[in-house]
Amino acid sequence: MSKDIILKAENISKQYRLGQVGTGTLTHDLNRWWHQIRGKENPYLKIGDVNDRSTKATSDYVWALRDINFEVERGEVIGIIGKNGAGKSTLLKILSKVTAPTTGNIKFKGRVASLLEVGTGFNGEMTGRENIFLNGAILGMTKKEIASKLDEIIDFSGCDRYIDTPVKRYSSGMTVRLAFAVAAFLDPEILIIDEVLAVGDAEFQKKAIGKMQDISKQGGRTVLFVSHNMTAVRQLCTKGILLENGNIKMHSDMQSVLDEYTKSSKKQSEFKYLIKEDKTLISKIAIKNQFNYLTNVFQYNDEIIIEIDVIVNNPKVSLSIFIKDNDFNLIFIDEYPVNESGKFKIIIPTGFLLKSTYYADVHLYRPNINFFDSKKDEVTFIIENYPDKFSMYDNVNCGIINSPLVWSKIG
Amino acid sequence: MIHNEHTNTTWLFEITPKNKFFTLNLKEVWQYRDLLMLFVKRDVVTVYKQTVLGPLWYLIQPLFTSITFTIIFNNLAGIDTGTVPPFLFNLAGITVWNYFTACLTGTSNTFGANAGIFGKVYFPRLIVPISIVISNLIKFGIQFLIFIAFYIFYYLKGVNVGLNGSVVFFPFLIVLMGVLGLGLGMFISSLVTKYRDFSNLIGFGVQLLMYLSAVMYPMALIKEKLPDYGWLVQYNPLAYVIETTRYMLLNVGHISIWGLGYTFLVTVIVFFVGVLIFNKTEKSFIDTV
Repeated sequence: MSKDIILKAENISKQYRLGQVGTGTLTHDLNRWWHQIRGKENPYLKIGDVNDRSTKATSDYVWALRDINFEVERGEVIGIIGKNGAGKSTLLKILSKVTAPTTGNIKFKGRVASLLEVGTGFNGEMTGRENIFLNGAILGMTKKEIASKLDEIIDFSGCDRYIDTPVKRYSSGMTVRLAFAVAAFLDPEILIIDEVLAVGDAEFQKKAIGKMQDISKQGGRTVLFVSHNMTAVRQLCTKGILLENGNIKMHSDMQSVLDEYTKSSKKQSEFKYLIKEDKTLISKIAIKNQFNYLTNVFQYNDEIIIEIDVIVNNPKVSLSIFIKDNDFNLIFIDEYPVNESGKFKIIIPTGFLLKSTYYADVHLYRPNINFFDSKKDEVTFIIENYPDKFSMYDNVNCGIINSPLVWSKIG
Repeated sequence: MIHNEHTNTTWLFEITPKNKFFTLNLKEVWQYRDLLMLFVKRDVVTVYKQTVLGPLWYLIQPLFTSITFTIIFNNLAGIDTGTVPPFLFNLAGITVWNYFTACLTGTSNTFGANAGIFGKVYFPRLIVPISIVISNLIKFGIQFLIFIAFYIFYYLKGVNVGLNGSVVFFPFLIVLMGVLGLGLGMFISSLVTKYRDFSNLIGFGVQLLMYLSAVMYPMALIKEKLPDYGWLVQYNPLAYVIETTRYMLLNVGHISIWGLGYTFLVTVIVFFVGVLIFNKTEKSFIDTV
């Protein structure tokens, strides 16, 4: 069976200028124009840094996206994830025609509608009903289409009572509900959604996710979805794209992409998890140094402090920590009995572990019976240097455990 | 990359780094015609929400400007308007001039004022300046009513206010004025996205331009009194529109076929250059605005 490709992106790149637009703009424009009329390539396209926000720029131009290629099949729900500044929003802006790519092209086989931050295009002076028409038209619907769905839209938004009140009197939650309701009844083949679920209460988020699932399943519609909400992404998406510094790092099924993403977010030193008060689970893990400072980079003479918050609703639970090396080989384990919810602190004393990267897995279980919760391969920390007694060897591998051997001259 | 060209040949549309050299994209604008009408409605309706006088505000501005002009230019400076009452003379000029400036200043801020919504969602950007020109046409219609009211008032008073037969072409004149304002506004709105200097220019530039557009004096007067600077007005296409307006509505001044032809030519050129630059800008202005 041949694949039904509905969207195809070829070599999309997007270049931005750093700093202020102003000084030097005119000279660059003139230079660009001078190259153009002589039939030469834009001189500023050859330069530009990889988009890594944390490093210092060496050029005035930066590539927010670089050579992005992907295809989307009809009916796929694709989650686009990545760290802040990875290029997610830029990609969606290009796909929704808000801004043009610097190079490359995208081909579509269906109508596209985008829902990027709801509520834009709402006019505060106009009533909810008037705004449904206005917003619907902005999103590409005709008046007739909107009128035929008006009742459903009002019903879904749950703003029936306020529908003839100016939108400026609405709470922010109500505005979002109304805006999402309009978009949810759009009829495009491809729907692009950016972070809409960040607002609204839990009940509405659930409703919105459910509606989006309906849209993609029943209508066979294609959805591209950008979010930091990993739960929503996991629930909704069949496939995922992981962006990193403007490149596609991975394009695969959602679960593998999520795994890769968690792996790549190594610098994190605090991990918070979903809390359910009636379960037994790990709710938070934090790594600190002896100054109570969140970090996961240590010197050999730092204490490594791991704090774990647990919620316990079962008897005879043990909390354990598994320390593994960079290749996931287990170095040691330790455990501690936990009889009630609370915060637990583990100190790895100074000078015990040597220079390497480590993984700290945390498990919550009833020994030999069952596991309640496990956090594997997520929490990492790095020790950067060796103790003084090995410093003369200039970073030759000296192992990872400071040996407790006792030496003496006996003859 | 391997392309399966033969399996995927029927693409609906394509996004590319640049627009074609000249595209009006009227087909797309037509698809979004409901949005166009809703924008017009929004522009007209929201202006007088939460005001007591409502649409009366549209009338107050030209009325008071005309009164001021009559006092300053006619009573004080003594500009002669012939058989036509100076107030009516000024009101005719101001009403048409207002339409032009409203189109120009409104469209010249297209990208700036709509950056928020343009940055979030795509629709043909041309919709916005077109909607501004149409909603201003409605405002012009309301303002024109007050001109008609005063016209009848003077007529009933027995003042000799003539109507020229060429008045049937008046709508074309208004369209010409609107298109000129639209073209110039699109041109400037595109430049403003990169060089803010132009938004400063437009503020006082429009005011200065009014003095060169024969709004408060007959065109013949400037040739007579300031022969050295007369060419400034003579090469201003707007002056011909204003002069012709008064010729059609009040039967004063001259109609110059050469002048109108010149105005038409300038309008066409300005409009096409405006669309050209607007198209080039709309693709990625959001990065520089």
